Amino acid sequence: MSFFSVDNLSINFGGIKAVDGVTFDVGKGEVFTIIGPNGAGKTTIFNLVSRIYQPTGGKLVFDGTDITNVPPHRIAALGIARTFQNIELFEHATLLQNLLLARHAHKKSNFLSELFFLPSVRAMELEHREAVEKAIDFLDLQQYRDSFIVNLPYGVRKVTELARALCTDPKLLLLDEPSSGLNVEETEDMAFWIQDIRTLLGITVLMVEHDMSLVSAVSDRVLALNYGRPLAMGTPGEVQSHPEVIRAYLGG
Amino acid sequence: MLIYKATELVNFAQGDLLMLGAFVAYMAVVWWGLDYWLAFLISVVTIGIFGALLDATVLRNVIGQPQFAIVMLTIGLGAMFRTFASVTWGSEIYTLPTPFGGVWQVGGVTLSHQYISIVVGTLILCGVLYAFFNHTRIGVAMQATSQNQLAAYYMGVPVKLIFSLIWAISAGTAAAAGILLAPVTLIDINMGLAVALKAFAAAVLGGFGSIPGALVGGIVIGLIELYAGATLPDGFKDTAPYIVLLIMLAVRPQGLFGTMARKKV
Amino acid sequence: MRFQFKTSYNQDIRLFKDRVDASWYGLLAVAVLALPLLMSDYYVGEATWVFIYAICGVSLMVLVGYTGLISLGHAAFLGIGAYAHAYFLEHGIPWVVSVVLAVALTTASGLVVGLPALRMTGIYLAIATLAFSVIIQEVFSRWESVTHGFAGMPVDKPVIFGVPFQDEASFYYLCLFFLVIVLWLTRNLLRSPTGRAWIAIRDSEIAAQSMGVNLAIYKSIAFAYSAALMGMAGALFAHKIAYLAPDIFTILLSIQFLLLVIVGGLGSLHGAVFGAIFVALLPPLIAILRDSIPASMNDAAAAMNIKVLAIVGEGIGNFLRKPGVEAGIFGLILVLVILLEPLGMYGRWVKIRVFFSTFPMYRGATFKRQKSYMRSERLR
Repeated sequence: MSFFSVDNLSINFGGIKAVDGVTFDVGKGEVFTIIGPNGAGKTTIFNLVSRIYQPTGGKLVFDGTDITNVPPHRIAALGIARTFQNIELFEHATLLQNLLLARHAHKKSNFLSELFFLPSVRAMELEHREAVEKAIDFLDLQQYRDSFIVNLPYGVRKVTELARALCTDPKLLLLDEPSSGLNVEETEDMAFWIQDIRTLLGITVLMVEHDMSLVSAVSDRVLALNYGRPLAMGTPGEVQSHPEVIRAYLGG
Repeated sequence: MLIYKATELVNFAQGDLLMLGAFVAYMAVVWWGLDYWLAFLISVVTIGIFGALLDATVLRNVIGQPQFAIVMLTIGLGAMFRTFASVTWGSEIYTLPTPFGGVWQVGGVTLSHQYISIVVGTLILCGVLYAFFNHTRIGVAMQATSQNQLAAYYMGVPVKLIFSLIWAISAGTAAAAGILLAPVTLIDINMGLAVALKAFAAAVLGGFGSIPGALVGGIVIGLIELYAGATLPDGFKDTAPYIVLLIMLAVRPQGLFGTMARKKV
Repeated sequence: MRFQFKTSYNQDIRLFKDRVDASWYGLLAVAVLALPLLMSDYYVGEATWVFIYAICGVSLMVLVGYTGLISLGHAAFLGIGAYAHAYFLEHGIPWVVSVVLAVALTTASGLVVGLPALRMTGIYLAIATLAFSVIIQEVFSRWESVTHGFAGMPVDKPVIFGVPFQDEASFYYLCLFFLVIVLWLTRNLLRSPTGRAWIAIRDSEIAAQSMGVNLAIYKSIAFAYSAALMGMAGALFAHKIAYLAPDIFTILLSIQFLLLVIVGGLGSLHGAVFGAIFVALLPPLIAILRDSIPASMNDAAAAMNIKVLAIVGEGIGNFLRKPGVEAGIFGLILVLVILLEPLGMYGRWVKIRVFFSTFPMYRGATFKRQKSYMRSERLR
């Protein structure tokens, strides 16, 4: 039984099949990457997994649970966290607040106890804070702790998003183009972090990525998509040399 | 009387521009003794230029700020216009003489020329605006600008000029609407507020950004008001449109003809 | 410049940053408590208005400043609270119970209005709340068996557990007590998961959702809590104004509340209080100015023998006396604040503090923001 499986997933937008019969399995502890030209439906798959879109067909099974009809805000509690292609941080809040929000799925307090800030709420807050500090240490974000996101450079924001996703204590991490907008050095750092996330924290990673050096450095398996349809699946080397994939990228 | 919203500029001062337009026309006709049509033209042009100036001096500075800031800004401007009007013209109620005096008998229903002038005027106005936005280069450029300023700028659209133009047209339209309405609602400093509220209701009902939607919305609001006034007890006439609006928004938040899109991630 | 050495996570959670901070607030508390002893009844009465407006400000700040939902209908909640409280008192219900009932009623109405808010954003919500406010105002004027319509509804001074709050000073303390409670409760919410969820919804709904925030529930909570505070303010408002009429609770009042939070500074509780001071004290200030400016200009003209000064002074006085000028001045200030200081008075206050604490190392660019072009907000 695989850890996370996507079975014959499809979605139509006004007659266009954005994702059309995609099937794959991700094993526990694996780094699985989806590649493909622009508009191939990679991010759409992410939006389907994080339940922002409702699929028109197919099934999503995570850790033995069918999540095809789970509402989007329940996904985090199940153990799936994601980052966004164009960064969706809470810009007018501090980095610390951003990360603390990621603990939301683990909150146990109710409205009334929060209204009076009972000792139990304080204890919970301290617990959350410790979890958040772990992520801050892990990704070297100490110096930005109290900065507002609007004032942070792009590279740091990207790492902050990764940290925020980690703060939810995920079992499966969805990374949407973790290297986009980063320079070569930052991309290398990102590769190390992804490897650390897998080996040290034991989190399964599902990733969409364009940068083939990053893809081949960290991925166990790669799925290539074009026009919403799967082209090839295998190790990074196999997929890169697959004739269909070369044709999709180079045209002809 | 319908405010077009194809530009995504939500202007709460629209009603007050409408009021100013009516006042300018009144001045032209009654104080200076000009012809109705000349006054119409003068008023539309004056308020149009005023709108462009407003954009150049005030509104350009808030480009890039959230929509909320602009909404509040226009509310503030509206309050200023009202004060200006009350200081200049006082709080009396004026009537604007029009050349539409007679009545038509159509199948037993009496229609005064004034109402017909409003309907025809509105139709012409909407038709012209609709054609302008969808079939001319500048109109398309305006729509593009409102959707993504940076991209439009890169494509060679003179964004600042376009913005001034949008405001000029918007203000001019308001003035025209004000003059059309003047014979029915009479001119006073609060006419704008009342009309603007209903116009917003109409625009929301039809869905923002859709001109045919705004037209239908306006007609629906008018009809509801008419029937509620005739059949329901007192007090429902003014509230019925809003009740309908609330229910409608709860059921279909994007309006009758609006399109709902979610942010891409 | 002061530095804080943080040794425990608790330091980031507690109400005051450090002892210096706490002692400043202590000083402020002493000043506020001593005020009725030092000032005449007129000024105490005006200060009471500040407290009531501040509760309204906190209410709207939660909704607009923290959750990012616009309401153009908050005066309606204030009205519901005020009328409900007055009605219950009229029927002999004890004060405390009456306030609780009034707050419960406004909370419920907040939930009802909040329902459409779950699916709407921005301008649609503004219009929906506006529509609600128009309907409620009509209800106030028509439902005469409860509200007495335009005849008005007198409200007596409060009597709590048999203790009468007759004079200005005692009512001042009552309002102060409520304001402090409201600030404390709201601060508690803001430093716990609920407050963070609100901020998250304001900045990015999609990310908030993906992090496990149930948008519907937290938006409803924001609406209900905001309405509840408004109801509480409404009860105090009823006593303060002593005579309720439907035309008090108009859209213009709602806009005044919005002005309050914007002038004060969006996204901070300090801003709500600053804004309340401003909005509550501006009308009396204008009243004072319109008498004192012509008089002083006249004196100056007589002293220096320049006639023009007297005429100008007279002109300003007459201008300020015209009806509707107050609204125009509010409008002008709103426009200026948005153009010059989008962060409001609190933002300016923070900047001034930073200037002095880092002097002479202050750099003008510290608060510069990246200029961004407006993108379509349809896609939210």
